[in-house]
Amino acid sequence: MSDLQDSLRELYQEVIFDHNRNPRNYRPLPAASHHADGHNPLCGDQLTVYLQVEDGVVREASFVGHGCAISTASASLMTEAVKGKPVAEVEALFRDVHALLTEGREAADPARDFGKLEVLSGVKEFPARVKCATLAWHTLHNALVGEHETAHTE
Amino acid sequence: MNAPREPGVQTPILDLATDFPILARPVHGRRLAYLDNGATTQKPAAVIEAEARFYRESNANIHRGVHWLSQHATELYDGARATVQRFLNAARADEIVFTRGTTEAINLVAQSWGRPRLAAGDEILLSTMEHHSNIVPWQLVCEQTGAVLKVIAVHDNGELDMAAFEGLLGERTRLLAITHVSNALGTVNPVAEMTRRAHAVGAVVLVDGAQAVAHQAVDVQAIGCDFYAFSGHKLYGPTGIGALYGRAELLRHMPPWQGGGDMIRTVAFDNTTFAPPPQRFEAGTPNIAGAIALAAAIDYVQGVGLGRIHAHEQALLDYGTRALQDIPGVRLVGTAQDKAGILSFLVDGIHPHDLGTILDAEGVAIRAGHHCAMPLMTRFGIPGTARASLGLYNGLADLDALVAAIHKAQALFGTRGGTAPGKGRAA
Repeated sequence: MSDLQDSLRELYQEVIFDHNRNPRNYRPLPAASHHADGHNPLCGDQLTVYLQVEDGVVREASFVGHGCAISTASASLMTEAVKGKPVAEVEALFRDVHALLTEGREAADPARDFGKLEVLSGVKEFPARVKCATLAWHTLHNALVGEHETAHTE
Repeated sequence: MNAPREPGVQTPILDLATDFPILARPVHGRRLAYLDNGATTQKPAAVIEAEARFYRESNANIHRGVHWLSQHATELYDGARATVQRFLNAARADEIVFTRGTTEAINLVAQSWGRPRLAAGDEILLSTMEHHSNIVPWQLVCEQTGAVLKVIAVHDNGELDMAAFEGLLGERTRLLAITHVSNALGTVNPVAEMTRRAHAVGAVVLVDGAQAVAHQAVDVQAIGCDFYAFSGHKLYGPTGIGALYGRAELLRHMPPWQGGGDMIRTVAFDNTTFAPPPQRFEAGTPNIAGAIALAAAIDYVQGVGLGRIHAHEQALLDYGTRALQDIPGVRLVGTAQDKAGILSFLVDGIHPHDLGTILDAEGVAIRAGHHCAMPLMTRFGIPGTARASLGLYNGLADLDALVAAIHKAQALFGTRGGTAPGKGRAA
């Protein structure tokens, strides 16, 4: 078994398969106060992230779209993670997740407990797949800052 | 592509992997099954050596030195042009323009033939299965001239809708730009017949041969087309070199599209005159070593024999098609009668990109995605496919490795033989 096969098993864990097969919060949100589209033209991954923000808190988060297991699971885990959090905390989480996926655990806030999101860190070993995992998060960020250009990761 | 087998060939399967040094290199601790030949091919030692030998023994600039090395390099470069001429069976060597590849060749025709001639309402005919490089240059020239694109539809099996093609031909049709072989589906288009039909309405024909030249003998005079473009790197040659064939009487009347050295006859600030084709279209110092190595690649494939290569790849295609169809949950995309060695497919419940990653870990190199043919993916209602594309050094073992790796992916995803378990997408 090569290192890569080990890394593959670290990435494709049951939690990824679970969220790919049964994505959480997979629906449009008619009452959304924020939304944004994300597109990875290289893979064809496409999604829309919806947020309902009240009093500076993300009350609801959802997404629709299609993509690979990594991008779908990342979006699904993300909607669970941000629900109920103040916007400022969500933005801090975005920065930490981005650091985790692109640079590694040491680049993120040492105090950060990623919980289930930790599983996404496995993409680090697959440079071609990092964009799959970050797409939903860039789209979330765009939705929050009111950026209406489609988020692109390529 | 029904080229006859060379007489005396008992088995069509070739065994040439040892000519390609990179194929001896393990990937992730596994034997490399390189099935991404549609993207680029590996290079035989003869090509690598030809390029290195040029720099070791013959390097100088061409067409300008009186010294021996310059004349020697010029002879090699001109010899490479003659090799490409014979390879395509062009009537004359000056009908061959060296370019960076197919993309640059098509852009050359769009800007030098198309832009000065096309007018508002003129129609450029192409097909749904074109690579982006045979779409975007025409979109640019349409913006510049007011010409419009007309698109030939594709049947569910990946064949062109020839009735639709006939219906689109008309007096406004100025150009047919059509791929010889689809990079995403493997479909071989009837380019000779289409050229006859397009010529009958007075249109000019460009054939994109990027996916064709490595897999079958191409005769531009038999096809009858006006332009034919291909890339060296998909023909076991280097990257950054390719060629455009253009009929002499068309090239003669085309203006330069890039200015610089080597493409002029005389330069003065009040009047510059241009060299005749092909130099008119080769501004600046060309990829001399690349052209010479491309000629070495052509010598290599012709030494093997394009008839034998074709028979070999057709045998692998038949084997691979059956093997993939035998895997529950696998669906082939592109099942035309006349196909080159391209297996585009989908696996139920596994996105092509996940599949590509898992196959890679098994040493199986395929391409996953839209294959630079987004309109075609839209036509089929899919974001992309997984694509195994064959070359002359592939063998049954590569296809067996592909099949075994797909089984592994299905086991990992828990989708053995059908759709993914679970309740589908939660609402």
